Amino acid sequence: MKKKVLTVDDSRTIRNMLLITLNNAGFETVQAEDGVEGLEVLETSNPDVIVTDINMPRLDGFGFIEGVRRNEKYRAIPILVLTTESDAEKKNRARQAGATGWIVKPFDPAKLIDAIERVTA
Amino acid sequence: MDMNEIKEIFFQECEEQLAELESGLMKLNDGDRDPETVNAVFRAVHSIKGGAGAFGLDDLVSFAHVFETTLDCVRSNKLEPSQDVLKVMLRSADVLADLTNAARDGGKVEETRTRGLVKELEALARGEVLAASAASAEPPAAKPAPAPAPVAAAAKPSPTDDSGFQPIPFSFDDFGGDEPAAATSDPAFEVTFKPRADLYAKGNEAALLLRDLARLGEMSVNCNMDALPRFEDMNPEGAYFWWVATVRTAKGEEGIRSVFEFAEWDCDIEVRGLEENVESDMPMTPVPFDLAILDGDGSLAADEQHHDDHDHDHDHDHAHVAAAAVEAVHTAQAAASVTQAARSAATAAPSAAAAAAAQQANNVAAQAGQTIRVDLDRVDRLINLVGELVINQAMLSQSVVESDNNGASSINMGLEELQQLTREIQDSVMAIRAQPVKPVFQRMSRIVREVADMTGKQIRLITEGENTEVDKTVIDKLAEPLTHMIRNAVDHGVETPEKREAAGKNPEGTVRLSAKHRSGRIIIELSDDGAGINRERVRQKAIDNDLITADANLSDEEIDNLIFAPGFSTAEKLSDISGRGVGMDVVKRSIQALGGRISIQSRPGHGSTFTLSLPLTLAVLDGMVVTVANQTLVVPLTAIVETLQPEADEIHSFGPSQRLISIRNSFCPLVDVGRILDFRPVAADPVEGVALLVESEGGGQRALMVDAIQGQRQVVIKSLEANYTHVPGIAAATILGDGRVALILDVDAVVAASRGQSLKTETALAAAG
Repeated sequence: MKKKVLTVDDSRTIRNMLLITLNNAGFETVQAEDGVEGLEVLETSNPDVIVTDINMPRLDGFGFIEGVRRNEKYRAIPILVLTTESDAEKKNRARQAGATGWIVKPFDPAKLIDAIERVTA
Repeated sequence: MDMNEIKEIFFQECEEQLAELESGLMKLNDGDRDPETVNAVFRAVHSIKGGAGAFGLDDLVSFAHVFETTLDCVRSNKLEPSQDVLKVMLRSADVLADLTNAARDGGKVEETRTRGLVKELEALARGEVLAASAASAEPPAAKPAPAPAPVAAAAKPSPTDDSGFQPIPFSFDDFGGDEPAAATSDPAFEVTFKPRADLYAKGNEAALLLRDLARLGEMSVNCNMDALPRFEDMNPEGAYFWWVATVRTAKGEEGIRSVFEFAEWDCDIEVRGLEENVESDMPMTPVPFDLAILDGDGSLAADEQHHDDHDHDHDHDHAHVAAAAVEAVHTAQAAASVTQAARSAATAAPSAAAAAAAQQANNVAAQAGQTIRVDLDRVDRLINLVGELVINQAMLSQSVVESDNNGASSINMGLEELQQLTREIQDSVMAIRAQPVKPVFQRMSRIVREVADMTGKQIRLITEGENTEVDKTVIDKLAEPLTHMIRNAVDHGVETPEKREAAGKNPEGTVRLSAKHRSGRIIIELSDDGAGINRERVRQKAIDNDLITADANLSDEEIDNLIFAPGFSTAEKLSDISGRGVGMDVVKRSIQALGGRISIQSRPGHGSTFTLSLPLTLAVLDGMVVTVANQTLVVPLTAIVETLQPEADEIHSFGPSQRLISIRNSFCPLVDVGRILDFRPVAADPVEGVALLVESEGGGQRALMVDAIQGQRQVVIKSLEANYTHVPGIAAATILGDGRVALILDVDAVVAASRGQSLKTETALAAAG
């Protein structure tokens, strides 16, 4: 069965790149534009892994991750943070919010897929 | 979709982000200190940088990075966004826009300009940090500018990230399962891995980590379950197991640690190199499933039985153990699901109420998020088709009326429904094209900044009604004339700070750009608080250019309007800014081509106001079809306030040719449309006709006299300019239901003409160009 990835990013460019990369690698992809939408899509899509940006309007990546982790049903889903925000403090905050791992933008496709493989069975 | 298309999307997105950036900076400039505004500004630059990195647009990345660093200082309150700071930021936004354009269309941005701004931005970041915490070592923003190192999007980790982050240093390239197992000569390591509960809470999984560890080479692993508590003491979310693995790998300790990169904060990892082959002598003895957890419970009969039954052989014993274990697991699951059920029951009541709220939030969010992007051509094709549909429907109605099917009410009813549907389709399609004028307005603030900088003037641009919506075509075509007018206003309208101070004015001039809807049109006003039109000079110039004779007796208004005459230019020397060979006449013509009008009001010493009145759409119009001197004309319904049948005692003469009509105790000038358009030599008798009370853009009312009203109809606008030429007093043409062409009246032009400014004068001026 195809693994399902939920991507949350406000940038259309990045969303499209994620979509292509993930589809080419044989994943099923669902997308959201910000944390609020991400939490909504989560409910209907039940993904195997989540890839999220940090800087987003309405609800940022930190809030989104916390939201997922608070959700009884979905809190065990691995979450990868995808962002150019790369200083240690941001990474730490993402971890504290409950991120499983991270990928640095601009990402290369192999790295993204590897990171996903790493956190999913 | 391929990379090129994504790149296209990226540039579209850049445009949006740039607009967002600009509007955010303007808000900050106006004193807005909402953190969300700062965030939005930061996000815009950040997004551009992120996308640019993916496409290896190095110039853009490195500039965006410096910009972002400085913005981050504002975001973290290290840098106060003062006017001076914002000036630099606004100029940086301009450069960012130029860099984006250069990246898209090729070409180069002046390097000196970029470099200068990079320096200024860095100084801002550095200076403020130093001032705030001079003693603290290593201010974060004091780092050197990022080297514009090439970003190989698909090759290696980004070297552009200099913010202290270490990109993942390892590669998975050779992790594949078909990779030959590590040679036995590879060094062996003992890895002790003790996860904490947090590791699981963050979605990491010990089994996966061990799996990845195993992929490094040859591995054997043992699980330590000593810490497993008694069942009733067990926390379902606790971490009780830990592992010791022996791994032979060529990747060394670093390779092993990198497996745990995501988990290292939430577990204890010990990696120890093993000197000799210890395969046969594991440091840990394997721990069997510990039945102790079930002992003392008294609940397990199997256990008791097993102790009593000494005759059973070993295999049987194992079977018991296995059965007990299975049972234990089942019990554990049952217990867990009971807990779960209790928990959900506890939350059931509040969640019912929350559900409604959530649903509501959902709907709002769905509305906000549900947009699609459609190619404009497709919308235009649809609009054209709907236009044809409208004409077709009108023709059909006409045929039905002509065939006189009295009594065939089903046909009439069907027709009515069709009409209604057509109307709704049309409105919906038009709504697709409606866009706020915001992007155009935003572009203007850059123009103001640039021209102000070049002329040494201080100008503040105030925009109002940015969200007023109008057809996309109108917006697109509005940018150019508006740009020119703004240049003019700053260059010629507003005085230098010295002159302003001498005149007792605020040295900072104000240019105000506003948009609003009025009677089915969009009104755009551009006003400045400058010196106003120098009528002496305009008049002189017009005489010099043979536009008027030296003894012409012109009203102030007429003099002001001379600036729209072709070939007119009041600037004594052609300035670099507004003197680009385009005069106000071109502005006027492009506005007219849009079915719009432009007018000017000026007060010497107080400034000028240009008023543009434009149709909301260029496609259709609700019109009243009227007859004037045996011609069929269409009067835009939006202009008509009411229609009335004048009585003889309501008509009053005023002067030799003017007539007024009294309507509810006020007087309103009567305008004979046939006379104004030269359809007939003498005005018709008002009592014979119908008066259409109209409101013009100036706000005044006029009663337009027509011979008869044929009916109301929606008509598709066909441009006269595109197919024929501009005709004064006529806005456009249309095709009626019977296939005949009818002209659409330009109400404002007719009203203006009735004020004495004859249509012919306008024609003469236009012809002179």
